[in-house]
Amino acid sequence: MIEQLTEIFTSTHFRTTLPYIYRGLQVTLFITFVGVIIGFILGTIFGLARLSKSKIIYGLATVYIELVRGTPILVQALFLYFAVSDFFGINFDAVTAGIIAIAINAGAYIAEIVRGGVESVDKGQMEAGRSIGLSSTQTMRYIIWPQAFRRMIPPLGNQFIISLKDTSIFAVISVGEVTFLLRQYVSTTGETFVPYIMLCLAYLVITIPAMLILRRVERRLDV
Amino acid sequence: MIKVNDLHKSFGDLEVLKGIDAEVKEKEVVCVIGPSGSGKSTFLRCMNHLEEITSGDVVIDGESLRDPKVNINKLRSQVGMVFQHFNLFPHKSVLENVTLGPIKVKGISKEEAEKSALELLAKVGLSDKADVYPKSLSGGQKQRVAIARALAMNPKVMLFDEPTSALDPELVGDVLQAMKDLAIEGMTMVVVTHEMGFAREMGDRVIFMDEGIIMEEGPPSQIFDDPQHPRTKEFLSKII
Ligand SMILES: Nc1ncnc2c1ncn2[C@@H]1O[C@H](COP(=O)(O)OP(=O)(O)OP(=O)(O)O)[C@@H](O)[C@H]1O
Ligand SMILES: [Mg+2]
Repeated sequence: MIEQLTEIFTSTHFRTTLPYIYRGLQVTLFITFVGVIIGFILGTIFGLARLSKSKIIYGLATVYIELVRGTPILVQALFLYFAVSDFFGINFDAVTAGIIAIAINAGAYIAEIVRGGVESVDKGQMEAGRSIGLSSTQTMRYIIWPQAFRRMIPPLGNQFIISLKDTSIFAVISVGEVTFLLRQYVSTTGETFVPYIMLCLAYLVITIPAMLILRRVERRLDV
Repeated sequence: MIKVNDLHKSFGDLEVLKGIDAEVKEKEVVCVIGPSGSGKSTFLRCMNHLEEITSGDVVIDGESLRDPKVNINKLRSQVGMVFQHFNLFPHKSVLENVTLGPIKVKGISKEEAEKSALELLAKVGLSDKADVYPKSLSGGQKQRVAIARALAMNPKVMLFDEPTSALDPELVGDVLQAMKDLAIEGMTMVVVTHEMGFAREMGDRVIFMDEGIIMEEGPPSQIFDDPQHPRTKEFLSKII
């Protein structure tokens, strides 16, 4: 046992996995950032659509949100990468498929964050805006949205962390993100323990600081 | 200035306003009193179209709220409204609260808007608060900012919906004073209030509303000292 432990801690795998982690994390972060930004745009559109008085617009947004929230992201990724590309004959590369999957997935959750944020703003704010002559669009833009957005920051940060972790499932569609690369490493070296510890650390290096920053921001927004 | 013709307002099956006819002349101060749930707020909110009118009409300075050609935002900007719970914009400074409307709706330059905003803040006694945020103000100060914000649009009429009922008693006076100053300057005002002292002193006319209609109206002396309708008598005996 002791022997095994010393073996682990002197293992050269700590060092030799580093290039894989470095390269993989870049892809992971790239997919996450681009995906979540597009997801935010989608989420804003569909979140506001959920607040629409038009039944059709509300209905369409609801269908999108519930379809995405009701299926696992792994299935969504497989569907996008294999089913959609077969059916329509479009071949996107794996990274693009990953970005689209994250965008669509995060978009649905962010839509609910946006809806909740806007709904949390006191109704009197809209009335006050309208009473000084602002149109409803202007009131949304200058009065409601800035207040709603502040309240959306913590859940958006949370969604970012969730999406970051979600990218790991893209290993199954051969996206060269960090989980995929480490699995390659494992299959070529036959070593499991240290590479997977390093993989955990790779995620934690991003997620723990992100959570700490988020907590600070939350505290600042509170006052 | 304001003409209300057979105004009806329903929320679903609930008819809240059951045919209101009223007129507010230029420079007149009309106080609206009545029991809770009688439709006072709804009446006021219909006057600047915060509530859709079910039937009947409200005409402001010759322009009908129901005329599809009328620009409702423009009309609203001419009707100032002060709410019971202030509804200041918490993410904007006091000065920004006051200048937002003039800048975005009237297209006035920022410098000009700030100059007149500072004058208005001075008028309500809050010159020194221009740069703070609403959360650091007392209720009475908030309400005076709300009054300045409404005045910044240069409205033809000001509507007040129980402007002092959310305030601690010791803060009521400053707000009432600001309203009195306004009335003395000749602002046309419709004030829903439980402050009978204000209604008596400043009101040119008092309207007593009950169950969605105007039960009685007249000069304050008549309503308070010699009410005709039994419901008015009952209401006044309860609150005084
Ligand atoms: N948006 C709404 N939807 C449904 N019912 C409403 C709505 N707004 C007001 N009501 C109802 O209309 C009636 C009159 O309300 P209103 O607020 O006009 O009364 P009020 O005279 O201002 O009372 P108070 O003195 O308590 O402010 C009440 O029964 C109220 O429940
Ligand atoms: Mg009311």
